[in-house]
Amino acid sequence: MKIGLFIPCYIDAFYPNAGIATLELLEKLGQDVDYPLDQTCCGQPMANSGCNSDAAAAEALFVRNFAKYDAIVMPSGSCTHHVRDNFDAIPQTAEVQHVRKNTFELVEFLHDILKVEDFPWAEFPHKVGLHNSCGTLRALRTASMSELGEPFFSKPMDLLSKVKGISFATPKRPDECCGFGGTFSVTEEAVSARMGLDKVRDHHQAGAEYIVSADTSCMMHQQGCAERGGVPIRFIHIAEILNGARS
Amino acid sequence: MKVKPVNHAKAAEAFLEDAPHLTFHDERLWDMRQKRDQQMHLLPEWQELRSRASAIKEHTLANLPEYLEQFEANAKKNGIHVHWAADGAEHNRIVGEILEKHGAKSLIKSKSMVTEECDMRAYLEPRGVVVTETDLGERIQQLDGQMPSHIVVPAVHKLVPDVARIFAKNYNTDPNDDSPQSLAESQRMAARPVILTADAGMTGGNFLVAETGTFVVCTNEGNADLSATVPNLHIATLGIERIVPRMADMGVFVRLLSRSALGSPITQYTTHFRGPQKGGEMHIVLVDNGRSARLGMEEFWTSLKCIRCGACMNTCPVYRRSGGLSYGAVYSGPIGAIIDPTFNERKYSTLPFASTMNGSCTNVCPVKINIHEQLYKWRRVLAEHHELPFVKREIMHMAGKLMGQPTLYRTAINGTEVALSSLPRFVLYNWLNPWGKHRELPHPVKQTFHSWYKKNRLKGKEESKGGKA
Repeated sequence: MKIGLFIPCYIDAFYPNAGIATLELLEKLGQDVDYPLDQTCCGQPMANSGCNSDAAAAEALFVRNFAKYDAIVMPSGSCTHHVRDNFDAIPQTAEVQHVRKNTFELVEFLHDILKVEDFPWAEFPHKVGLHNSCGTLRALRTASMSELGEPFFSKPMDLLSKVKGISFATPKRPDECCGFGGTFSVTEEAVSARMGLDKVRDHHQAGAEYIVSADTSCMMHQQGCAERGGVPIRFIHIAEILNGARS
Repeated sequence: MKVKPVNHAKAAEAFLEDAPHLTFHDERLWDMRQKRDQQMHLLPEWQELRSRASAIKEHTLANLPEYLEQFEANAKKNGIHVHWAADGAEHNRIVGEILEKHGAKSLIKSKSMVTEECDMRAYLEPRGVVVTETDLGERIQQLDGQMPSHIVVPAVHKLVPDVARIFAKNYNTDPNDDSPQSLAESQRMAARPVILTADAGMTGGNFLVAETGTFVVCTNEGNADLSATVPNLHIATLGIERIVPRMADMGVFVRLLSRSALGSPITQYTTHFRGPQKGGEMHIVLVDNGRSARLGMEEFWTSLKCIRCGACMNTCPVYRRSGGLSYGAVYSGPIGAIIDPTFNERKYSTLPFASTMNGSCTNVCPVKINIHEQLYKWRRVLAEHHELPFVKREIMHMAGKLMGQPTLYRTAINGTEVALSSLPRFVLYNWLNPWGKHRELPHPVKQTFHSWYKKNRLKGKEESKGGKA
């Protein structure tokens, strides 16, 4: 299986460690991974703003970059959600359909496709609060949703449970959106920032030293809120922990 | 006519500045969401009920004319006068004429979102009719000159001292006495004489039952029953989408309604109105006011399934932190954001963007309206209809172009490597200030992933398939 790695723009520019960890982790698991250098964006920011036709160029480029791979893996739930569920600014050719069908968020790829049983190199002796982005939770469905009363399951928690020394904090409102919401974070900055502050406080009060998530965009926002609000909590992408980061 | 779009962001910002109100509002509504969850867990058939309710509503809406005609025929047999109102103006005129015919000068009424839609009080009051809201929350809002901020708990954005202040102004009570008991008592003392002497009563309604020609009103305070039965004249106002085919369907909806709304198994009062009381007169006004047009909207017609429980508002993290009034519309919260633009596309063009599209609303909706997907669809429709702010449209246009050109994009990103104490140019443009107002910016990094990859994976691997010179 040939894997194409997509690194979203904000990870590329601000959180390269999450991208590096994703690549190294997949390599450690024996995968054949390429990172097409011409990649930019999946088109989500434009599409989510209603400007779907402005997403066409990004989507077309995405397909040009990734059509040749068996699987496209990305450390981002929201980008995966866009590609899988909303990627329709361009004609839906067989190539496009192949890309949409074979795009995976990292956690679901590890959990459902590779079915990874352990991460012998991983040890994280800290208490973490897991943040499921709304994209992973309610679109990709990598964890049970509190509103539906379904039996508990959590793919990210399954993976993290295989890490030595890790323990979990349980926030009061685990499924509440953190308020990032893409362009919402700037057009509705006051509500967005307040939601972020409430989110990081919830994790902090539950005793979390770290917030861990499969979505760096949520954490970029949360980190900004925590730092401004004086909430002492750290942030780490799930790929970094699974790849063996100790702190 | 140029209409200004509602500035939700600005109103929300003001709401957020008042910590005591914000905290109460958020926690009170979250508590309702939690109680709703508890009720859900008690009913193993919860998801089946939702599916059935959704199916019944979709079937009914697909056959709306037939069921409405069936209702009309059966209601007339029951001795109810049935009126049809195409819009708010016609509704108000009909109600005004009924009252005038009876010489009614005093109208007591229970909660009705449709009368808010029609802005009925503003029509009747200059015509000499004194309208008194009898629902406590609605009365508080009436006395304060505000719209309801929530469709079930209209004054939920207020604290008890606010109510004490409003009552002191209107009822001459002690502004410093903010015990809920004495406030409730002063409202009772003020309302009862009005109720007992009213010329006419008005209610909204939750369901119309086609096969029986009857309608159902669900309340908790008993005020609707007083409004309907103390005066001899009862006028009920309902939207045409409130109809269900059979009485048996009520077994589905009544079980869902209050559990979703307040997290209580059932409302205190669930009254089936079957016809006028002895010597009295009963009228029902069936209101369209844009509903038929909405029924024809392929992507949005299922919003008509709504039973007005407010569960989407209670769970919405944006609504809880911005307050219903910030939506500037009769219907606020997630359901408001998808139906308000059908009333006025420009005015409410901002509301589908007052959401993170997190999807919690869709999950709690007892009739399975795909609210967050409709929010997404509305954004597209509004962009296509040129209802987005110019700056946003331009930024998206520029960003879209940039994202299609890897070389240009890379130049923009690489600029951030050099002096990465700021965001990349394309993000920085016009956006930096809003981000930084209540948040720190991301920290600078030594190199992008892209540079790292070239240094660490491509060195000596010139034949990389993904790479390009």
